[in-house]
Amino acid sequence: MTAVVRALGAFGRFWRDFLIGDAPELFVGTLVFVGAAFTLRHHSDLAVVVLPLVVIVFLGGSILRGRAKA
Amino acid sequence: MTSSTVVLALAVFGASAVEMVEALTIVTAAAVTRGWRSAIEGSLAAALVLATLVIAVGVPLARLVPIDILRVVIGALLLVLGLDWLRKAVLRASGHKELHDEEAIYARTVAELSGVAPDSSGAIVPGGAAQAGGQAGPWRHGSRNATGFTVAFKGVFLEGMEVVLIVITLGASSGHLALASCTAAAAAVIVSIVGYLVARQLSEVPENWMKLAVGVMLTSFGVFWVGEGAGVHWPGSDLMILVLVAVFAVAAALLSLAMRRIGPVRQAVALRSGPLP
Repeated sequence: MTAVVRALGAFGRFWRDFLIGDAPELFVGTLVFVGAAFTLRHHSDLAVVVLPLVVIVFLGGSILRGRAKA
Repeated sequence: MTSSTVVLALAVFGASAVEMVEALTIVTAAAVTRGWRSAIEGSLAAALVLATLVIAVGVPLARLVPIDILRVVIGALLLVLGLDWLRKAVLRASGHKELHDEEAIYARTVAELSGVAPDSSGAIVPGGAAQAGGQAGPWRHGSRNATGFTVAFKGVFLEGMEVVLIVITLGASSGHLALASCTAAAAAVIVSIVGYLVARQLSEVPENWMKLAVGVMLTSFGVFWVGEGAGVHWPGSDLMILVLVAVFAVAAALLSLAMRRIGPVRQAVALRSGPLP
């Protein structure tokens, strides 16, 4: 039982580190991006412009945050 | 072969090569201090486990999960991974984060395994490990060593996990799992052969630029697949991936430039980071 709990804990930590790591804003940005993609699915012309912009804005914000931490 | 397939193969090859360079540093350190046999066996065992993971997880994913759900989930994972690689690469290129120093990692691992401090080049003098209580050196090719096996296994397994995720996500969502797997394996074999020929870690590989390029490709695939899965109709279909690659490459270059101009650049890091992409 303890081994199973330990394995589950390690599995959870792996995904936490993978998804959130030291840049939780990128995880939030990805969720916002997915929400935006579903919102704009019937407006493809707008989505083509807005979706990459959402990514660039969150990337820029995360880099600025990384600079502040450096 | 379509343009998106070529970009997919490039992304997998680049990611696998970068991660295998990092793994090779650890494997070489284990081999030099504890013997090549254990290091090679540890590496092969890890590669076998990683390949099993690709088959056990990738094949059912591709066959059982509806394609649109798969593309949204996998696209989101690729986006998280790609943005993280891009963020680190831009911070490193602009001098706000230390470069991944394979020489230092190699020297540290050798020192830990042999119990002796390496010289400034990271080299270990033959016999030094034995004098300091270490168990083996490069002159004991035939012997097995549990520590050497474990260190090599962990090095390859941990570095390979991201490659497995990339292979499964890109391969399953595009229907090219076999191509992605073979490309990753080819990159690992090429890096291993080059590493063996030069007989040490590959510190001259421009890792940061490779990570930046792979980050751009992963981010582009992530944006494309999430959009596709959500129901967005991309103009030009798969060709849009090339447009996204260009857009994110330009964005990453501009962000690197901007970060160099507005932030304090540590001289030592700036000197090693080279010209901007």
